[in-house]
Amino acid sequence: MDETLKNELSKQGILTTTLQELYNWGRTNSIWPLNFGLACCAIEMIATTMARYDLARFGAEVFRPSPRQADLMIVAGTVTKKMAPQVVRLYNQMPEPKYVISMGACAISGGPFKQGYNVLKGIDRYIPVDLYIPGCPPRPEALIDAFMELQKKIDAQQLTGENRPRHLNAGQPSEFPVPRFGEHDLEPARNPAIWKPPLVQIAQTGTDESGSH
Amino acid sequence: MTNNIYLPVIVLLLAAVAFALSTLLLAWLWARFFSPHKPGPSKNAIYECGLESVGDAWIQFKSGYYLYGIIFLIFDVEAIFLLPFAVAFTGFSAAESIAMLVFLLLLVEGLIWAYQKNVLVWT
Repeated sequence: MDETLKNELSKQGILTTTLQELYNWGRTNSIWPLNFGLACCAIEMIATTMARYDLARFGAEVFRPSPRQADLMIVAGTVTKKMAPQVVRLYNQMPEPKYVISMGACAISGGPFKQGYNVLKGIDRYIPVDLYIPGCPPRPEALIDAFMELQKKIDAQQLTGENRPRHLNAGQPSEFPVPRFGEHDLEPARNPAIWKPPLVQIAQTGTDESGSH
Repeated sequence: MTNNIYLPVIVLLLAAVAFALSTLLLAWLWARFFSPHKPGPSKNAIYECGLESVGDAWIQFKSGYYLYGIIFLIFDVEAIFLLPFAVAFTGFSAAESIAMLVFLLLLVEGLIWAYQKNVLVWT
């Protein structure tokens, strides 16, 4: 439908919409997160749901204790290698459409514990992450910002066509392989179908991880 | 036109049922035409948890646990009787004291029986 005609009609008090807009409007305003926290970021997540920051304004205060009723997984905290299979399994048990917010430095990359032998260096090695919130821990405002970004993302999703989201595409998987807690590391150490880190030329940037030349 | 004061209630009831059913039907139709069915081993698992369930739910408790629990319950109740008995002890007549003693001895006899039957041995 023509956008100008639609605006003109709405000025006259006539609401026009499409099935896609209606569908996305409903989904945008009822994102139910999984009641699930891993470390200190979860405290910020809990604070976000409480009266001061009030996530209920976005229709997302219903933290579900069961993955079968949740739309959104907020990976809030350090994912240890012992915990990673459980996180992936919980993600697999969520029904489509499902989204993941990687909250805090630990969930993104391992954060301050990146060098730890038992810390997973980013949950995006196993499950597709929609939004990353940097911070240690991120403020509740940052989580709300991520929520609003996710709402924008859901609102823009197409019902049909090539760019339609994963849950409407029969060819794309809903479950991802659960890693095994092996003798020395998780097996496999990453899911190459999901984890595609950008190639960085360390020789050109001139610094290594420790910050020295 | 005598008893149609309930007519609005019936209409509302039908509307409520129709609303609930139509929502479910719409969701079903939506899933049918737009959302592809994607089952999987984790998703279809009976127990929704990060951990896989281990073992069988039909486990057996030792019968000794049952006897142990019963004996505990009896002496728990006895303690409740003993407390007022101890408080009012000085005001009792001989007959009342003997009655209480019989009660105590009966229970102690039960305990001795349980001891001889090896119920209290937890292996």
